[in-house]
Amino acid sequence: MTDLAVPATTKKDWSSDQEVRWCPGCGDYSILTAVQMLMPELEVRREDTVFVSGIGCAARFPYYMNTYGMHSIHGRAPAIATGLAIARPDLDVWVIGGDGDLLSIGGNHLIHALRRNVNLTILLFNNQIYGLTKGQYSPTSEVGKVTKSTPFGSLDTPFNPVALALGAQASFVARTHDMDRKHMQETFRRAHAHKGAALVEIYQNCNVFNDGAFDDITSRANRDSNLIPLVHGEPIRFGAEREKGVRMGSGGRAEIVDVDEVGEDALLVHDERAPDAALAFTIAQLSSGPHQPTPVGVFRAVDRAEYAAEVDRQLATAHDQKGAGDLEALLHSGSTWTVT
Amino acid sequence: MTDTAARPEPTTIDRLVIRFAGDSGDGMQLTGDRFTSASALFGNDLATLPEFPAEIRAPAGTLAGVSAFQVHISDHEITTPGDAPNVLVAMNPAALKAELHDLEAGGSIIVNSDTFEERNLAKAGYAQNPLADGSLKGYSVYEIPMTTLTKEAVAPAGVKPRDADRSKNFFALGLVSWMYTRPVEPTLEWIAEKFGGTPMVHEANVLAFKAGHAFGETAELFDHTYEVLPAPQQPGTYTNIGGNTALAWGLVAASQLAKLPIFLGSYPITPASDILHELSRHKNFGIRTLQAEDEIAGIGAALGAAFGGHIGVTTTSGPGVALKSETMGLAVSLELPLVVIDIQRGGPSTGLPTKTEAADLLMAMYGRHGESPIPIVAPSTPSDCFATAIEAVRIALTYRTPVLLLSDGYLANGTEPWRLPDVASLEPIEVEFATAPNHTSADGEPDYWPYLRDPATLARSWAVPGTPGLMHRIGGIEKADGSGNISYDPANHGHMVALRAAKVAGIAASIPPLEVTGDVDDAEILVLGWGSTWGAISAGVDRVRAGGRRVAQAHLRHLNPFPSNLGDVLRRYPRVLVPEMNLGQLSRLVRAEFLVDARSVNKVEGTPFIASELQAAILGALDD
Repeated sequence: MTDLAVPATTKKDWSSDQEVRWCPGCGDYSILTAVQMLMPELEVRREDTVFVSGIGCAARFPYYMNTYGMHSIHGRAPAIATGLAIARPDLDVWVIGGDGDLLSIGGNHLIHALRRNVNLTILLFNNQIYGLTKGQYSPTSEVGKVTKSTPFGSLDTPFNPVALALGAQASFVARTHDMDRKHMQETFRRAHAHKGAALVEIYQNCNVFNDGAFDDITSRANRDSNLIPLVHGEPIRFGAEREKGVRMGSGGRAEIVDVDEVGEDALLVHDERAPDAALAFTIAQLSSGPHQPTPVGVFRAVDRAEYAAEVDRQLATAHDQKGAGDLEALLHSGSTWTVT
Repeated sequence: MTDTAARPEPTTIDRLVIRFAGDSGDGMQLTGDRFTSASALFGNDLATLPEFPAEIRAPAGTLAGVSAFQVHISDHEITTPGDAPNVLVAMNPAALKAELHDLEAGGSIIVNSDTFEERNLAKAGYAQNPLADGSLKGYSVYEIPMTTLTKEAVAPAGVKPRDADRSKNFFALGLVSWMYTRPVEPTLEWIAEKFGGTPMVHEANVLAFKAGHAFGETAELFDHTYEVLPAPQQPGTYTNIGGNTALAWGLVAASQLAKLPIFLGSYPITPASDILHELSRHKNFGIRTLQAEDEIAGIGAALGAAFGGHIGVTTTSGPGVALKSETMGLAVSLELPLVVIDIQRGGPSTGLPTKTEAADLLMAMYGRHGESPIPIVAPSTPSDCFATAIEAVRIALTYRTPVLLLSDGYLANGTEPWRLPDVASLEPIEVEFATAPNHTSADGEPDYWPYLRDPATLARSWAVPGTPGLMHRIGGIEKADGSGNISYDPANHGHMVALRAAKVAGIAASIPPLEVTGDVDDAEILVLGWGSTWGAISAGVDRVRAGGRRVAQAHLRHLNPFPSNLGDVLRRYPRVLVPEMNLGQLSRLVRAEFLVDARSVNKVEGTPFIASELQAAILGALDD
């Protein structure tokens, strides 16, 4: 959608006149700001940009963007956006949803949008809780989570959204968090530039119903020791002194090691373009939750045929082979007889 | 074909109802379809009723596996596939057992006698061979060893015995074509077109068809042949059309008339899938089809495409409508055009997937949460699906509303001759997208309000993404009238609920008044129908009138809103009878709306009404 003639804009141009109604202190504010500040840099037009959302706190997002937008129904944003993106490949379509919206009620639509590789930039606000319905556990809540609906602790094993997306054949999968605007923006920029479905999981703090869920890894004090930045083509290292690393252990599982002990050559080199998703999947399994070292950044970014372009290619081929549609000819395409 | 000089002149009959029945794998649908096509090209009027089991291949030889195709051909105008067949072609004992009860007294039975052996008789539940025990006394029974004769006939083609057996439906078709003096060329041409790619199969089918034809001539089983002369038809070009094909073509036509592309989001479901298949073939018309991951995604994608300015369409049957209802509610709230097509089938739940029913009317009217009015249209014949599809698109685009089109399994799979419309005479559908601001903000700047309305239609303004300066957000939360911004104001909600209802009610201004036929001025009873019952009602009404009673008939295409004169029409007659393939859904609606004593006649058995049932019902109501 890059167009050199796109007029320069500012954050203000991308902000609607609607009052933002999230709880004070909600992580959604920093994500909104990150997106509004990023948009002028993407060289896209506001009128060609559409935000589609489902239901939930995150799903209010489109109201705050001065673009076209649809706040739809619970879980269905990926399906609605799929239709829009196929019908109008000229548009820049974003999908916004939370963990309940995109992984629970809308899980089916999400995985099918990913496997089809429709050109969508999907931002998954993961706060591991149902906020708008006031605090029930979500499909990403940890086992044993005590909420209003699980007073004795939840029994459900949570989804790992990155692993789920990789399993659904996603061509672009990334993770970022609401405490680092720069990291968010670089991740969103990459996701937006990707041709096809791009899923970005954003660890997002719900300060009312699940406050501090990600503190162990995203707070300034813990970031260095518990966030593992993924950089394409480089050995996977982290820590304040980059003293920790990730290598392939036994049984096909990745493990965390001291670089001094094993040497850098023993570390896994991140390859987001690997044709096979196996390595990305292994890395995604490093952490079982946001309380231990967790990879962030782009897990996978591979080229794969984009769906709407393929649809258009079929239309063009049909047009070349059969000519423009002729209604008269269509009506006469079966056996006919004439009465005079 | 070989000529035989001794051929007797055929006896002319004015109409014929023939039912082909066999195992699911016997090719009876194809046989019936070919007999129908040859008759259509010959110039007969006709109507068909295919009936097949939900199982693709139920256990061979069992009653559950019987597939049948009934066709009614005539030398005059007809509206139904006929009450009782005159001829039954039964390819095995199960087919005879399952279908015999409908055959007219004294009718003809043509059986493949090779299949009437112990094993097949047992599978069909016959303790004795009906061909030998005298139970078929009163019918004319023709026992023909079709399997044996077909195998002999196709031997020169060199096909394996098992494959040879598969050509026996063409033997049957050849025989029946001879008996009823059908032209053979269309069938031979069709076989060449269909099987030309596999010369061995092509040759076998031609040999079987010719052998069947020749058998009729030479076997001396049949003392004479019959013919049904062409029916007088209005000048024009005709084709034989089924409801789902007509519906798909109607959508294509609507796309051309509105100059907007079609986007179909659909999930496979019987009996609607053929519309997805047909539209998928016409990508050169700019039609995009998405086989979605589920019913909800099908309508969701269609709604997304509609937001982008396409004609969003989703096709399904009853269970799918249930799944789509939340998204239909969203479309009502967003006030975006959307066409939802329900090819009704027997319900509830999986019900009778391959059988017809029309019991989704109240779901279409009321099957959503909140006050969620949706216009409803219903075609009355297979060919009428074309015009009704165009009408659904017209209403959706003009009024920015989802529209439900209620067809059914009988219309979907049934066929009739259709005089092709003059494309140039089809009315264009005008759609205007907003291109400029339509409002001035408090600070004096021009801005765009998506919920400002056309005062005549109450349709809201429609700006599609990509239009500079008109960026806006819409959603399922209640909107302030005009601006479309979120509003929880109680008075505004009441106002918007009333506006949405008034908009749909106002569609009545754009639809023609309900037409009454028959004894318009002095009828003793009005028969009011909707949907696929039109043919059977018309035939029933004709018979009662032929018997000297005075009957008026009216048939609704628009079920929400009703034509504005419906109340007057209902009050004009002392009695109102409403035949329906449900337990009385339209009758409830008209009783509630107009306080008239509309009586209901019901049939919910998976098969359409037949004329004699309605004749009896009308007579019964008259004498009540």
